Amino acid sequence: MTTTTSTGPTGSTGPTGAPYDPGAQVHLGVFYTGVGPQLIWTGPSAAPHVAIETFTGLVKLLERGLFDAFFLGEGLRVRENRGRVYDLDVAGRPDAITQLSALAAVTERIGLVATQNTTYNFPADLARRLASLDLLSDGRAGWNIVTTDNAWTGANFRHGGWLAHERRYERATEFVEAAKELWASWEPDAVAESGEAKSWARPGAIRDVERDTGLVRLRARATVPASAQGRPVLFQAGDSDGGRELAARHADVVFSANTGYDKAVAYAADLRARLARHGRSPDSLRILPGASVILGDTPEEARERAEWVQSEQISPARAIAFLEQYWGTDLSAYDPHGPLPGIEPSEAELDPSRGTLPIERRTGKLALIARWREQAEAENLSIVQLVRRVTPQHGSFVGTPSQVADEWAHYVRTRAVDGFNITPHLVPSSLEDIVDKLVPELQERGAYRTAYEGTTLREHLALPALKP
Amino acid sequence: MSDHRTLSLAVDLDGDGAHPAAWRHSGRRPGDVLTAAALRAAVGAAEAAGFTLATFADTPVPPSRGLDPAGRLEAGTRAAFAAPLTDRIGLAPTLHVTTTEPFHLATQLASLDHASRGRAGWVVGAAHDADDLATIGASAPAGDAVRRETADVVDVARLLWDSWQDDAVIRDVATGRYLDPARVHHVNFTGATFSVTGPLITPRPPQGQVVVLAPAELEIDALADIVLVGEPDTGALTRRAARARDSGAALAFAEVEVVLDADEPGERRLAALDASTPWPDSGRPRYTGSAHGLVELLRSLAPGVDGVRLHPAVLAVDLPVLAGQVLPALAAAGLHRTPGPGATLRSALGLSRPANRFAAPASTTA
Repeated sequence: MTTTTSTGPTGSTGPTGAPYDPGAQVHLGVFYTGVGPQLIWTGPSAAPHVAIETFTGLVKLLERGLFDAFFLGEGLRVRENRGRVYDLDVAGRPDAITQLSALAAVTERIGLVATQNTTYNFPADLARRLASLDLLSDGRAGWNIVTTDNAWTGANFRHGGWLAHERRYERATEFVEAAKELWASWEPDAVAESGEAKSWARPGAIRDVERDTGLVRLRARATVPASAQGRPVLFQAGDSDGGRELAARHADVVFSANTGYDKAVAYAADLRARLARHGRSPDSLRILPGASVILGDTPEEARERAEWVQSEQISPARAIAFLEQYWGTDLSAYDPHGPLPGIEPSEAELDPSRGTLPIERRTGKLALIARWREQAEAENLSIVQLVRRVTPQHGSFVGTPSQVADEWAHYVRTRAVDGFNITPHLVPSSLEDIVDKLVPELQERGAYRTAYEGTTLREHLALPALKP
Repeated sequence: MSDHRTLSLAVDLDGDGAHPAAWRHSGRRPGDVLTAAALRAAVGAAEAAGFTLATFADTPVPPSRGLDPAGRLEAGTRAAFAAPLTDRIGLAPTLHVTTTEPFHLATQLASLDHASRGRAGWVVGAAHDADDLATIGASAPAGDAVRRETADVVDVARLLWDSWQDDAVIRDVATGRYLDPARVHHVNFTGATFSVTGPLITPRPPQGQVVVLAPAELEIDALADIVLVGEPDTGALTRRAARARDSGAALAFAEVEVVLDADEPGERRLAALDASTPWPDSGRPRYTGSAHGLVELLRSLAPGVDGVRLHPAVLAVDLPVLAGQVLPALAAAGLHRTPGPGATLRSALGLSRPANRFAAPASTTA
């Protein structure tokens, strides 16, 4: 996306339906996937991806940069290419809640957000682990709610591929409702004030939670009270209608995929309309789209760096592997710098083994390949050139720190977003650049905090306090 | 298997102590047990005392309905929180095979081992009362189903910990390959009630295999590194420990509850605690008395077991006596060695790092 410098007139109402806000703040998180093609591992500076020191170093860096939150991604099956573990990307990562509990011990302010799946967890078990992280971190926990519908992932679990695509958000909604009920099941003064009391808990001050539907069944009693922020902050990332409805009903933050300015504006307007339908105020939900950030001291340097990042992320070997997923056959004999394979792809549609497959990619594979062939022929593209064109690009901001700071200030002041969730490509150097170069530019514009004001994640995000 | 002149010493750090009325004698507000500060203090004290291993008891349901503590942080998060705060003590949460997905258990424990740089253990739990199982919407199993399920879950966890070979990550820039797929394996496990394809999402734990501690009553000795034996008399203890080692467990630990002489004699302390809430008989021996007497008891157990897990009645009272008197006396007598900084739990226990079942033996590798 291009960098723009613009300031809106104070007092006018922007395209998102919210008034221009000259004091709006950029909220930043880091979404650390821990695996996948966006993480560049080939350079000597790439940190070891499972070592605890890498994570403690990262989270302390981000705390120095006054970030709202550090997110861990999750995928419950190691990605594969045609039945074998996929070998070109960083793979292997820790359990998110375990890792964040360790990180809670060495940090004081930053929010700690675990991506956790509602399809392959038990609600009381997961709610309890999240609540424990929330207490141990003194109110800094968050839960990024995700769903899975493929049996390929389910093959690692008792339930297997049990939940139809269209029902996964029904289950997620009920799951979240059960978790929220558990988190609210201790009255604020449930525990005795002294060891002399008649009982540890005041009789009747802790409620059992029961639910028995086709999708969620439990009878449980929470073992922990509310944290300093009430309960873990809820993040939701799904962009389908079901995902947006779940967000409008239950989420505190959306981790949206709508990063480009026009898409962000349309998304914010849609979400605010949904919030109103659910009786929620527009300020009760923060919008943080995913973003990658590539900085340079000059615009040219940033552009060159962005090209290098793309050439690393879509290497010749990865371009061949990308096509293999679509062709369903071994293409290792083809030259990535040569034309597209002339052989016909398998008839079978894509399998989800390279990760979650968006629903629009589950059918129509052959038509897509036919279009790629036309495009490659018309523009005289090699395999690697074509794959770089057709691979979906996540919203990226390329420019000098000052350019990106201007652009982000415009985004938040027009209320298109409340900040960004940054996916790093080089760990830790790409994040060091943001902390040391971009954050000061934002601060200079009055668009970023100069110290943490609160202690909880909910406070960092400037979300309204929960009613007790 | 181990040197019987020394004992490995473990301590359970759950809550305010093992006695249900411990909260009345902890010297702090009852709710404070659920804070990071309380956990930091307990783990720090246990490590400074020289214990080889801290365990964290847990159940899927509250420890009591509210007369005594109804609150408890989940054990896996407690152990993980303790990991970066410590550098030598082992950390073993109780995680239950019956109320969590086996794949998640294996991932959580492997991650704890990475976070602690090789100090993770797992006290296998198999809670299966109606209330425990109701938390996941299941009903109580019949007959031998629990034992079979427990064995299946430990089996699959061990398989999954081996699913990445130690040298799976190759970072070969020339070919663009981050890992060698021939060294990351599907496990294709099929148990009685579930199946798991694998591999684990987490690379092999630093210890190769997390140390598995199995309470003797689970009867899965052959799958355990350590069997925890709670028998009220020394003869029965020694026999059960011998059976555990005969079945293939590397080590057997005695479980001992302790109420030590402090400001007041142990007997009087126990009477006061029991007057609030009687301590149910767990089948474990319960020692009440002086530090010196406990040292003598442990010395007498040393020929029959490889270690002891202590369950202090009140952590705030008994842990300082253990740290100040009991462990120093055992160390002076050559009965206990404090692990050194950076030691893995396996090395502190004298256990070797297991070979990976998926790795070709060295003689046949090219």
